[in-house]
Amino acid sequence: MATTSIHTPAKTRTTVAGPDRGRLRSPYSTWFYLPAAIVYGVLFAIPTFASFYFSLTRWSIFESKFIGFGNFVTFFQEPALVKGFTNTLIYAVVTSGTKVVLGLLLAVLLTSQIVARGYLRSVVFFPVLVSTIGVGLTFTVLMNPERGLINSALSVIGIDGPGWLTDPKYALLSVAAVDVWKGVGLATLIYIAGIVSIPGEYLEAAKVDGASAWQSFRRIILPLARPATVTVIILSLIGGLRSFDLIWAMTRGGPGFTSDVIASVIYKQYQAGFYGLSTAGNVVLFVVVTAIVLPLSRFLNRKEVEL
Amino acid sequence: MSSTTALAGARPRKNHLLSVVAILVSIVVFVVPFAFIVLTAVKDRQQASLLDFSWPHQFQFVQNFVAVVEARDYMLIIAFINSTILTVASVAGMVVLAAMAAFVLQRKASRWNGLVHFLVLSGLIIPPAVVPTIWVLQRLGLFRTMPGLILVEIAFGLSFCILLFRAFVATIPRELDEAAIIDGAGPIRLFFKVIFPLLRSVIVTVVVVQSVVVFNDFVNPLYFLPGDKNATVQLTLYNFSSQFTTQYNLLFMNILLITIPPLVMFLFFNRQIVAGMTAGAVKG
Repeated sequence: MATTSIHTPAKTRTTVAGPDRGRLRSPYSTWFYLPAAIVYGVLFAIPTFASFYFSLTRWSIFESKFIGFGNFVTFFQEPALVKGFTNTLIYAVVTSGTKVVLGLLLAVLLTSQIVARGYLRSVVFFPVLVSTIGVGLTFTVLMNPERGLINSALSVIGIDGPGWLTDPKYALLSVAAVDVWKGVGLATLIYIAGIVSIPGEYLEAAKVDGASAWQSFRRIILPLARPATVTVIILSLIGGLRSFDLIWAMTRGGPGFTSDVIASVIYKQYQAGFYGLSTAGNVVLFVVVTAIVLPLSRFLNRKEVEL
Repeated sequence: MSSTTALAGARPRKNHLLSVVAILVSIVVFVVPFAFIVLTAVKDRQQASLLDFSWPHQFQFVQNFVAVVEARDYMLIIAFINSTILTVASVAGMVVLAAMAAFVLQRKASRWNGLVHFLVLSGLIIPPAVVPTIWVLQRLGLFRTMPGLILVEIAFGLSFCILLFRAFVATIPRELDEAAIIDGAGPIRLFFKVIFPLLRSVIVTVVVVQSVVVFNDFVNPLYFLPGDKNATVQLTLYNFSSQFTTQYNLLFMNILLITIPPLVMFLFFNRQIVAGMTAGAVKG
C-alpha cells in the first residue's frame, strides 16, 4: 500500500513532466542540422563514398566501367606516380617537423623580454594570410638560378647557389622551405598561446630554485606546451599531405615529375581525362592521411593524459 | 597578471643583443620578400626583368596599375567581383548553417551526437574527393557555376566553423534559453533572436578567418569553376603568371593587389584572427 502510494505520485509526476520536458527540449530541434547536413552530405560525404567505387573503374564523366584494382596497380607501378607518393610523405614530414622546431623556438623568443615583440609577431604571422599562389610566384622569382635574389646574395659571400627549383635534387625541398616560410607563423602563434597559458608561478619557482634557462625550457615549457605541439604536428601533417597549390605554383611537379605529390598527380590525371586513376589517387591520399593522422593523434593525446 | 608584472620586475632589462639579431633576421627573411614585391611592382618593364632587389629608376605605380587592371578586358576587375561574391556568400552560408548545427549539437543530448562529431572531424581530416564532387555537381547542374562553387566552399568549411561555434555556445548559460522559452519563443525565435546575437564575437572570428581562407582558395575554383568568365583572383593571378613571363612588373603588381585584402583584414582584425587560429591549441 505504502509502496503504491509512493509510486503513484512518482508516476503522475513523470507523466506531467514528460510533455513539459518535451516542450522544454523542443527548441533544440533536430532539423537545425538539416541545412548543414544536406550541403555536407551531398557535396562532401557522397563524393567521398562514391570515390571508393569510382576508383575501381575506368571512368569518363559519362560512363564508368568496373576494372577492379587496376588503377591502384597502375598507381604503384608507374614510377612517376610512385614518386608522387613518396614525395608526399617526405614533404609532409619535412614541413611538419621544421614547423614544430622553428615554431617552438620562435614562440619562446617572442614570449621573452625582447624589444619590438609586436612587430616581430606580426611579421612572422603575416605570410599565413597571404595568397599561396602569390607567395609561390614570388619565391619562384627569388629562387631563379641566375638572376634570383637568393643566389645573387649567396654569390656575394662566394657561394654558388644551386638551381633551387630546376635541380631535381632540390626542387621538392625548396618548395617545402617556402611552405615553412609561409606556415611557420601559424605554428608560432599556436605555441605562443600554449606558452602564455603556462602559469608564471612555475617559471618563477624554477628560477628561485636556481634552474637555468635551458632547464626551465626543457622541464617546464616543453612538457606543458605539449597540447600546442600536438596541434601543430597534426595540423601541419594534414596540410602537408594535402598540399597542392604551392607546389603547383612553383614547379607544377617538375622538373619532370621529381616534385610531384599525390595532390598534383590527382590534378594531372584529371586534366588528362583519367578520372578513375585520378579518383584512385584521391583514395590513396585519403588512406595515407587517415592512416597517419588518426593513430598519431590518438598516440599523442594518450601520452598527454598520462603526463 | 600579477605574476607577469612580478617577472618583469625581477627582469626589467630587455635582452637588447637578442632583439637586434631577431629584428635583423626578420627583416632579411620576412620583410625583404614583401619589399621585393612592392619594388618590382612599381618598376618599369625593363628594370623589373632584371629580377634584382634594387630601387626603381622610375616609379610607374599608376601606369602598372592601369595596365594590370586593363589586361585581358578588365579581367582583374571581374575576378575581384567574382571573388567578393564567392567570399561573402560562402562565408555567410557557413556562419548560419554552422551556428545552427553547433547550437543543437551543444544543447541537445541525442544519439546523433556521436555521429555528428565523427562527421565534423572527418570534414577536417579527409581530403575532398575531387572528380566525384564534379560528378555530383554535374548531376545537379551546378558544375561550372558560382552557386555550385559557393556550396562546395560551404561544405568544406563547415567543420571548422562548427567546432568554433560549439565551444562558444557552451559558454552561453542554458537559463537564457529557458527564460526565452517561458516567454513563449519557438525554436527559430530562440535561436535567431536570443542565441545568434550572443554569438557575435565568435561570428566575427569565423567570418574573418574563413574570408581569408576562401579569398585565398585556389584549388576549389581551379576544379569546380574553370573558365575565364568566372575566374577568381587567385586563378587570374595563376593565369597571368604564364602570360606575364616577360612583364614581371605587372605580375608583381597583380600579387600586390591581391595581397591588400588580407592585409586590411590583418590590420583591423588581428585579435580575432589569432583567436580563431589558435582555438584548438590549448585544448588540443
